Amino acid sequence: MAVAAERLQAPGQQAHTEPFLFYTERRLVELTGLRARSLAELAAILRQVPGSSIFYHTHHLFLSHHFEKPVVYNEFALWAGEALQEQVLAEKLAAIDLREFTSIRQLRQAILAVVEQHLGRAGAEQRAAPPGDEFHFCKSKSFVMPTGMVAHDVREFFALLPQVTNISFYFHFLEARLRLERPTNDFSQWLSWRGETALAAAIDALDPYTRTLDELKADLLALGRRHGYG
Amino acid sequence: MQLEDYAEVAGRDVIEELRVLAEYVKGRRLQNINSTPVGGGVAEILTRLVPLLRELGVETTWDVIKGDETFFNVTKAFHNALHGVPEEITEEMLECYRQTTEQNLREVPITGDVVFVHDPQPAGLIAARNGAGARWVWRCHIDVSSPQPRVWEFLRPLVERYDAAIFSMPGFAQKLPVPQFMVAPSIDPLSAKNRELEPRQVSAVLEKYHIDPGRPVLTQISRFDRLKDPLGVIAAYRMVKRRHDCQLVLAGGGASDDPEGEQVLREVQEAAAGDPDIHVLLLPPFSDLEINALVRGSTIVLQKSIKEGFGLTVSEALWKKKPVIGGAVGGIRLQVIHGVTGFLVHSPEGAAMRAAQLLADRELRRRMGENGYLHVKQNFLLTRHVKDYMLVMLALEHPGEDIVSLGAPPWS
Repeated sequence: MAVAAERLQAPGQQAHTEPFLFYTERRLVELTGLRARSLAELAAILRQVPGSSIFYHTHHLFLSHHFEKPVVYNEFALWAGEALQEQVLAEKLAAIDLREFTSIRQLRQAILAVVEQHLGRAGAEQRAAPPGDEFHFCKSKSFVMPTGMVAHDVREFFALLPQVTNISFYFHFLEARLRLERPTNDFSQWLSWRGETALAAAIDALDPYTRTLDELKADLLALGRRHGYG
Repeated sequence: MQLEDYAEVAGRDVIEELRVLAEYVKGRRLQNINSTPVGGGVAEILTRLVPLLRELGVETTWDVIKGDETFFNVTKAFHNALHGVPEEITEEMLECYRQTTEQNLREVPITGDVVFVHDPQPAGLIAARNGAGARWVWRCHIDVSSPQPRVWEFLRPLVERYDAAIFSMPGFAQKLPVPQFMVAPSIDPLSAKNRELEPRQVSAVLEKYHIDPGRPVLTQISRFDRLKDPLGVIAAYRMVKRRHDCQLVLAGGGASDDPEGEQVLREVQEAAAGDPDIHVLLLPPFSDLEINALVRGSTIVLQKSIKEGFGLTVSEALWKKKPVIGGAVGGIRLQVIHGVTGFLVHSPEGAAMRAAQLLADRELRRRMGENGYLHVKQNFLLTRHVKDYMLVMLALEHPGEDIVSLGAPPWS
């Protein structure tokens, strides 16, 4: 699939010299009607499914409430382990470091490479998921809107941060970078424009994929304090 | 019931969110069309949804198609066949469906900017669609994960003419050329079936049915239907009873128009005969308050279905902070998070083992009850349903866009 086709529109884009506008989003789950029962079917669908579906299955669990902090958010890995009982594959899929990618195209290739390598193993057993445990490909349709919260300078940015909802935080920190193909998260981008390059780099270095959104927000506030804000 | 009434149970932030979203769809006319004004889950949900959407400024209306007994027998057969149950669908039946659709096309005026057509009975009204007028959505409430081909191939050309379809679970999605959205069903936390009750109201119902409030109660609320496995529940209860003194309540609605239901009820009564601790209750229509009290008076709720569409009885029990032991099928798997809000089981033995585990551990029951309540609050309340319907209306205005920039709300 061409790069252009994987790029999505870019609402909520921050302007270079303007204040930081906090956006939020609401999501509707869209069903593709595609389902995989085996690893071979999963690979075939992974090649053709829209990029937004790859993003959905690697990210949407971040927004779900968790009674216990999950170890794995990647639903391809969860399905390989639970439905196919392919534990080696599950671990390899879970180990894909999402921070390494700045486009869904790259992420798709990485997932496919692991799946295809597993499929190509001599004697790799072709288990089928039990009926009812098929992998159903979904994607989300996101509706992005401004929250009305505006930070005119860095101090105000950190003062407002505690009030930012998890979904707003998710949009700027996770979705903007990978789904909208921005070079970094929105916070780091804007802070670097404001001359806070060290702070921006420190935020960019955070690993969002091992933290909950609440923990990430606390990390950001702590970094802000370390740099004299708050 | 007004939107404000829901703030206390669903959360103030949820109500504010609905008001914000409503600003983007205010003034649109949303027309709902289904096949019955009362009875059944669709009518129940529309009764609550329509006034709330109106209060939010969406001009929501609700029309009901007409049909004779023959038509509704045909659509009942459709319903079963879509569920995958063997049914003979004859050409005569299809012709009856076409003719009734023709009559309704003459009698039901299309007034909405967006038209939600609920379930197969009125699906043929899509013939009223004209060019660039209203946007049409087929809202399917039933499990169509493995439909009988004959009935699905009859319906599919109709569904393909809609702008979009809505299904309740990912597993129900079909290969269709139109967008398909997922909107899970919901419970109304303020309805007679779910609202808070005074302890004395609960005690009164337990007393009425001679249930001892001093001993543990296992309950399954469901029609007397083999797919709900009531005999499996009795078998599980007997296994539990060897280790824990307890009672079993099997309560469900009447089955006068369902010969198989009557047969299942007889089998259940025979299996329960001689044990005064098994209470088989055939409840009359409009027993919502009693069902509410029976669940609230229970220690554990079971929904040991073998096949299930969504199984909202699970959410109704979780909302009342009851741990649920559910069959690992259909929508039960979305509601029972294994080990968190209850347990998923695959056999009477599994159900018995988990019931015994729960009866022996009050703290586990309490924790699962709290988790279940929170899970329903976040995912299966009517307010979430209202939000999703507004998002579907917005989605129809932005076809093909994965990320929709709504801009500032119109009032700002």
